[in-house]
Amino acid sequence: MSWDIKNLKKWKVGDHPAGALIPTGGNAVEYKTGGWRSEKPRWIEEKCTHCMICWVFCPDTSIEVKESKMLGIDYDHCKGCGICAEECPTDAIVMEEEEK
Amino acid sequence: MSKTVALTGNLACAHAMRQINPDVVAAYPITPQTTIVEEFSTFVANGQVDTEYVTVESEHSAMSACVGASAAGSRVITATSSQGLALMWEILYIASALRLPIVMHNVNRTLAGPINIHCDHQDSMGARDSGWIQIHCENAQEAYDTTIQAIRIAEDNRVRLPVLVCLDGFIISHAIDRLDMLDDPEVKKFVGEFEPAISMLDPEEPITVGPFDGLHGQFFEFRRAQELATLGSLPVIEEIGKEYGAVSGRPYGLIEEYKLDDAEIAIVVLGSTAGTTRVVVDSLRADGVKAGLLKIRSFRPFPIKQITDALSGVKAVAVLDRSLSPGAIGAPVFQEVRSALYDSESRVPIINFIYGLGGRDVSMGLIKEAYTVLSDIVKDGQVKQTINYLGLRE
Ligand code: SF4
Ligand code: SF4
Repeated sequence: MSWDIKNLKKWKVGDHPAGALIPTGGNAVEYKTGGWRSEKPRWIEEKCTHCMICWVFCPDTSIEVKESKMLGIDYDHCKGCGICAEECPTDAIVMEEEEK
Repeated sequence: MSKTVALTGNLACAHAMRQINPDVVAAYPITPQTTIVEEFSTFVANGQVDTEYVTVESEHSAMSACVGASAAGSRVITATSSQGLALMWEILYIASALRLPIVMHNVNRTLAGPINIHCDHQDSMGARDSGWIQIHCENAQEAYDTTIQAIRIAEDNRVRLPVLVCLDGFIISHAIDRLDMLDDPEVKKFVGEFEPAISMLDPEEPITVGPFDGLHGQFFEFRRAQELATLGSLPVIEEIGKEYGAVSGRPYGLIEEYKLDDAEIAIVVLGSTAGTTRVVVDSLRADGVKAGLLKIRSFRPFPIKQITDALSGVKAVAVLDRSLSPGAIGAPVFQEVRSALYDSESRVPIINFIYGLGGRDVSMGLIKEAYTVLSDIVKDGQVKQTINYLGLRE
């Protein structure tokens, strides 16, 4: 089933399926929640050994990985909790103040 | 074919559940509801039903398990009372917001403290804004009949809301009453196969249940949609009550009028006290007093039109409330009936009697007292006191 929330802000009473149901699964990725951050992780690629520790620890699946290689951080969903920076054994992630 | 039996209200509810044979019951025992789930668990143990009976560690878990089971596409029933209902609070709102057709008995008992296990309506009145349909029963027969109808009301595609079936603790739940039961196949046919509107467990069509509303702000629109569904259930409750009447010989409506047609004074009440009031009406009628009774069956949704129409000819009304809302202008049923009458042409004088809290007995004599106050209002043409207390020592 298709699910298009582009105009969600304009939906009126009864436009949304009853019971707040979303007729698709696995759609959290479409909903951008990265706007709450006050701090932001910065990845320093040269220091990274691709050990995947940050990927394991990130509570938000915001470490982007492909074929066992760290690719970067998904800022659309990263909450800036700093766990990745804390856990990284090579200090390849540092936290910086978020600027908007 | 029906058969006449002698059962307590709770056992009548348990038998209705057996005949409905729900997919899932998740419940936690609490006085005075306990014997409903106790008896039902025997049916499960004996293999008389196919139900998955989930024993849980609290009412909060009971309602949470019911929400999960219902969202998975099961027909779900549970039961509670008082503190148990209070412990379910946050999940009650989830169940109705997700539009899950869960049916629950609430065996009315007051809310502590001081600790008291006896009947009043303060538990279910607290749940009045939770988005559950709320139907009150007068006796064991109605509790049995309403359980069966509640399944159809909750699951109706025009409604899809949870239903709370209220019966007075001990007075109905534990007293043995005479009632007629339908045959098992008749109940099976009446409730029909459950066709869930949603099923969380269908891998072919994955869905998301209970998402975060976020900052896009659909919440207001959802709550209004929920209100519209609740209001939309008014004709459905009537329709199913009539259909049930065709099967059982006992039709049901949103309200029930007793000798109201030519009545000058009327009492409005919920639950078992309607039974006592009926007898008082008969005795007053024998003395030439034109007394009548209006029993509200559906408290949520509140049948405004039916109530104002029923009371349009009377000269004075008293609402009997088995609850107290500290600091409010009278108790909940009174507030709503008065509010409904405010817009009516007759604007009939209306007073409130708060009674029976914590199981305080309400006798025929007390109800007669209330009717006497109404007769005086008609005679004198004035209301001396709007909020009154029946059977209170003060
Ligand atoms: S924990 Fe540090 S070194 Fe390991 S993959 Fe993440 S950024 Fe790279
Ligand atoms: S800051 Fe927190 S949320 Fe963001 S990538 Fe690191 S661990 Fe994940």
